[in-house]
Amino acid sequence: MDVFGSFSLLLALVCAVYAFVGGIFAIKTRHPLLVKSTRQSGMAACVLIFISTISLEYLFFTDNFSMAYVVSHSNRDLSTFYKVAALWAGQEGSLLFWSTLLSVYVLSVLIAYRNKNGELMPYVGVVLAGVQIFFLTLNNFVENPFKTLAAMNASGALEPFTRMDGNGLNPLLQYPEMVIHPPNLYSGYTGFTIPFAFALAALLARYPGEKWIHLTRKWTMIAWCFQSLGILLGAHWAYAVLGWGGYWGWDPVENASLLPWLTGTAFLHSVMMQEKRGMMKVWNVWLVFCTFLLCILGTFLTRSGVVSSVHAFANSQIGPWFVGFICVIIVVCFVAYFKNRDYLASENQLDSMVSRESSFLFNNLLFLVACIAVLSGTLFPVFSEWFTSERISVGAPFFNKVMIPIGLALLFLTGVGPLLAWRKTSLDSLKRNFGWPVVVGALTAVVLFAVGYRDVYSDICFFLCAFVFWTIAMEFYRGAKVIAARTGMGLTMAAHELSMRNTRRYGGYVVHFGMVLVFIGLAGVAFNKDVQKSMNLGDSMKLGQYTLILQSADTKVEKNYTAQRMIVEVLKDNKQLMMLYPEKRQFQGNEQAAGTMVAIYSTLREDLYVVYAGMDPDTNVPVIHAFLNPLVKWIWLGGVWVVMGTLLALMPNRRAALVLAGVPQAETVAAPGAPALTPTATLREGHD
Amino acid sequence: MQRRAKFGVGIGVIVVALAFLAWMGYGESKTYYHTIAEYQALTGSARNHRMRLAGTVASGSIRHTSGRVNFVLEEQGKSLAVSYVGSDPLPDTFVDKSQALVEGRPAADGSFVAEHVQAKCASKYEAAPGGDKPASAPGAATQQSSM
Repeated sequence: MDVFGSFSLLLALVCAVYAFVGGIFAIKTRHPLLVKSTRQSGMAACVLIFISTISLEYLFFTDNFSMAYVVSHSNRDLSTFYKVAALWAGQEGSLLFWSTLLSVYVLSVLIAYRNKNGELMPYVGVVLAGVQIFFLTLNNFVENPFKTLAAMNASGALEPFTRMDGNGLNPLLQYPEMVIHPPNLYSGYTGFTIPFAFALAALLARYPGEKWIHLTRKWTMIAWCFQSLGILLGAHWAYAVLGWGGYWGWDPVENASLLPWLTGTAFLHSVMMQEKRGMMKVWNVWLVFCTFLLCILGTFLTRSGVVSSVHAFANSQIGPWFVGFICVIIVVCFVAYFKNRDYLASENQLDSMVSRESSFLFNNLLFLVACIAVLSGTLFPVFSEWFTSERISVGAPFFNKVMIPIGLALLFLTGVGPLLAWRKTSLDSLKRNFGWPVVVGALTAVVLFAVGYRDVYSDICFFLCAFVFWTIAMEFYRGAKVIAARTGMGLTMAAHELSMRNTRRYGGYVVHFGMVLVFIGLAGVAFNKDVQKSMNLGDSMKLGQYTLILQSADTKVEKNYTAQRMIVEVLKDNKQLMMLYPEKRQFQGNEQAAGTMVAIYSTLREDLYVVYAGMDPDTNVPVIHAFLNPLVKWIWLGGVWVVMGTLLALMPNRRAALVLAGVPQAETVAAPGAPALTPTATLREGHD
Repeated sequence: MQRRAKFGVGIGVIVVALAFLAWMGYGESKTYYHTIAEYQALTGSARNHRMRLAGTVASGSIRHTSGRVNFVLEEQGKSLAVSYVGSDPLPDTFVDKSQALVEGRPAADGSFVAEHVQAKCASKYEAAPGGDKPASAPGAATQQSSM
């Protein structure tokens, strides 16, 4: 199976090279058979990558400990669930996994558009094959997951060698979220390849109009959704497993996942400028280019550890490859742009400061500045070493100082932007649209301040959250009222109908609502509290309204680890509430492999987060570290809404089933192709 | 033209304000990376910077005392006494011979006072015979004591 997997990986590279080189000839000669064969070769490369990945999984499931990668990341006792995840536990497998997920997208695109967009697709195929070639080169020659173990025999020659058992999976990864977080994040990273390929292809082919934007909108949203979900799952994993009481530490790897999300989000918004007003064409193309570059950079930072450790760059084999690839992409993008930039001339100018256009402009500016700030902060050690020969890093205060105001400004625009008119907004409409939301926001902030949530940024955040929530609620209410009046539906049904008729617009609002929830959660961080105490059995500590009593401790032996468990009774306002069981796990076979299991009691108001920090070495008394983290749950809830909103926006619009009075029902059924006369046409065409 | 100027001013104000905040944040949190050898050669004001040093925890050097944890970091034949004073529990991966990253400031007596400690255990994920190199988990091989 190892030879099989290794061979299909090599064959995939051959197919990808054919798809790339043949594709270029196909573009030059326009020979239909060549176009077809290169496309099919591209598909074959994808299938071969799948086969190779399945082979690797097979080796994990059959406990084949003659394979280096299987030995490093699995053992016999590892459960099936985590054997799947072991695929991406190390460098080689992660890169193979990257290729696999990319292939899912590539194959879908090649199949979905096989008979469409004949002018554009050969270019797209070439760009996609180019990206695949890079990763397949790494898979085959630099970080091959199909290496076998070998040992020196008596005569000094190498011979195959099989271990009895493997080293096991990193205990930090033996957590359900770690099984779903990397696939999500990688699906985000790889997914942005599709809009990139289309943008570059459209530019190279001088493909007319905004068609590439329409074609890629769905793909961009899918990638964006995965990226958002991946980031949130990663944050949740850090929160629940690492046991330091937080979910985001501005760590280089976290930042790396945020960067393409920032530019990708900017792109999702600025394309609307191009669709509606024919503006910002150059900007959009560059945003896609940058998003893709940041995805590659993110993969590079995650995989190579160039920033996190002190002198890791020299040790990283893949570093030079990634730097080289990034340089190639930059050169290709610049050449394509300078050769075809006349094709991207803008059709319109900005008219007014208070308009939809300008809100998008500032939205993009803020996302861009945020991206630059995070990027420069993350790469600061690298740059400072180049320029001053001193390696200097910046920490959380740097990121927080810049990102909190940007986040709040973006939240403000979330409420304001969708309600501003294109071109110019009158003062009257401003009053009409924003009067109540401002009042509601101010009341919310005042009330929260009064009950004790006192922090400038957090109170501004609460104000804005209420403000944005109210603007969104009013949008739904107004639209639903119109439909309800015309159809006699109840308001809830009418709101549902409204959303289904313009999924893109109302899906967008749902995503915005999700972001409001996330911001509420983020604002809670200003009010975090924690206590750490050595506790004998029967001792108690107080934290907020809670009292924690250490009842007893026990040891739990499981298949793969032994856990030391603390049994903590929680009282709320001196009434018995529940038991929490924070534990420390000692994984078998290696005394160094330990893991912390945090016990969390989560409510909408706050999380009680209890960590067993180990024994105090002097007194041999358990140390309990308890955190009270307000509003954290809202972040995860927000994530759910973001995903639901994106799914809604991906659905096709429902035609209004409604007919005007007097027209018999049968007629509309008889002519389904005819443009339906819909009452929504009278609603403002807006943010969609 | 006037409209463009308005936008220009708006954008300029935002960018300048954020740049100022970034500069303040930089001043507050900048940390110098040094090897232990470089650290021991530092003189004058350079010794007052916030710093980040890396090394391997010397075997048997970890001593817990009240309120602090003392240990010795080794790198390229040089060693340095470190005293961890942070409030967070040390990561599970912080044990003898693990690779550790410490962040803090020098003390008057030449030792190093660390506020944060990150540790990566080296041995476990390292090469099996004839096998591969140490691999890290997707963004997770280091555990941090604090952020």
